[in-house]
Amino acid sequence: MSTQRSFFNRRIHSLLGVIPVGFFLLEHLYTNYYATKGAGAFVEQVKWLWHIPILTVLEIVFIFLPLLYHGIYGLYIAFRAKNNVGNFGTFRNWMFLLQRVTGVITLIFVIWHVWETRVHVALDHLTAEQLAELMATILQNPVFLTLYLIGLISAVFHFSNGMWAFLVSWGVTVGPRAQRVSTWVWGVVFVIVSYMGVSSLLAFARPEFIQQLAQH
Amino acid sequence: MSEQQFVHLIVTRQDGPDGKPYKEEFKIPYRKNMNLISALMEIQRNPVNSKGEKVSPVQWESNCLEEVCGACSMVINGKPRQACTALIDKLEQPIRVEPMKTFPVVRDLVVDRSRMFNALKRVKAWIPIDGTYDLGPGPRIAENERQWRYELSKCMTCGVCLEACPNVNTKSDFIGPFVVGQVQLFNSHPTGAMNKEERLEALLGEGGLQECGNSQNCVRACPKGIPLTTAIAKSNRDATKHMFKKWLSF
Repeated sequence: MSTQRSFFNRRIHSLLGVIPVGFFLLEHLYTNYYATKGAGAFVEQVKWLWHIPILTVLEIVFIFLPLLYHGIYGLYIAFRAKNNVGNFGTFRNWMFLLQRVTGVITLIFVIWHVWETRVHVALDHLTAEQLAELMATILQNPVFLTLYLIGLISAVFHFSNGMWAFLVSWGVTVGPRAQRVSTWVWGVVFVIVSYMGVSSLLAFARPEFIQQLAQH
Repeated sequence: MSEQQFVHLIVTRQDGPDGKPYKEEFKIPYRKNMNLISALMEIQRNPVNSKGEKVSPVQWESNCLEEVCGACSMVINGKPRQACTALIDKLEQPIRVEPMKTFPVVRDLVVDRSRMFNALKRVKAWIPIDGTYDLGPGPRIAENERQWRYELSKCMTCGVCLEACPNVNTKSDFIGPFVVGQVQLFNSHPTGAMNKEERLEALLGEGGLQECGNSQNCVRACPKGIPLTTAIAKSNRDATKHMFKKWLSF
């Protein structure tokens, strides 16, 4: 009798990608979206989040560990595929390739981003205002802004297309019509969430942002 | 009449299971309505390559010549398909012919598809009816169920879906999309359904259903148009239910 270890690993990978990692992505982009309403609104939102009790424990258990599992197991999945879009240039086969490419980009981006922000906040005991200023300084550099835009779009694509695959992998969307509708639904989600994310990044990059911060 | 036309073939050859693959070109006289098999037969009749050298004839497998046995599957102009339905008039020349390298190459275009048979054995792709007494007539099947099962039953284990799948390769142990369709075929049979959990359990073993990455190449490549991705998603649904059922019952 063969074991079902890889089946369970794959299902856990799929589940963690949605709950909590996917949920956290949406929450994170929602908070960042407050930056479009000015530095003050963003700082208030960050302060509210930091009020949550046992936040560090929650972050480790519900964000860091699931992300670590999803990332490492995801790399294993990505590098086992032999991509063949040259011979099979169909939409789904491109999505298959892009899911793996954006997964790797997102993982690299997230490691860098967590180091630059969350680890920095913990080590240097930054306040919410200092964190907002740090982000504004980073994003006013056009090179870093471009890298952040790439990382953001990759993450949102990986989430949206991953949701499509999640619904197939758990047997929710079974037939071709359900899967086609799902493609459109998650396509729209991709556009909306990307728009939110990009406008937040551009809000941080505005020169007025630091001025607003000083007035706050 | 017009001058003699030629069919230009570039065949990836291999002299034995451990041989090194090499390419050989052939220019064979064109006839009307040729398929790739008749082109290969022409090489067999007169095994001379495009340089005019006498070579060993190209080896291949074929039986039915009407796309129902699956024996003549090979990679033609980059796409895995049956050579018998590959019409020369509809192919871009030079025609590149290669073996399906997902399988061990025996010689030239002949591959060993045993792994597919092993996969069918593993998931028990049959209906156990043999016993010591007569089981009587089987239950009737509803028409819509019959239509679904008929589509699944068209599988000829040709290997095209494995060749097309990006997750079937030397780094992965995926047993292939076709077998998922066969699990659905036998699990949807009223008598076969008595053993459906056994088949599902085997399908969820190492290299099973979970290795699917939803590239959906299988359903596009399948020469018989088998709804493989629907079978996969249906099996995913069965697996989800089975998983919870197993956890919640002691």
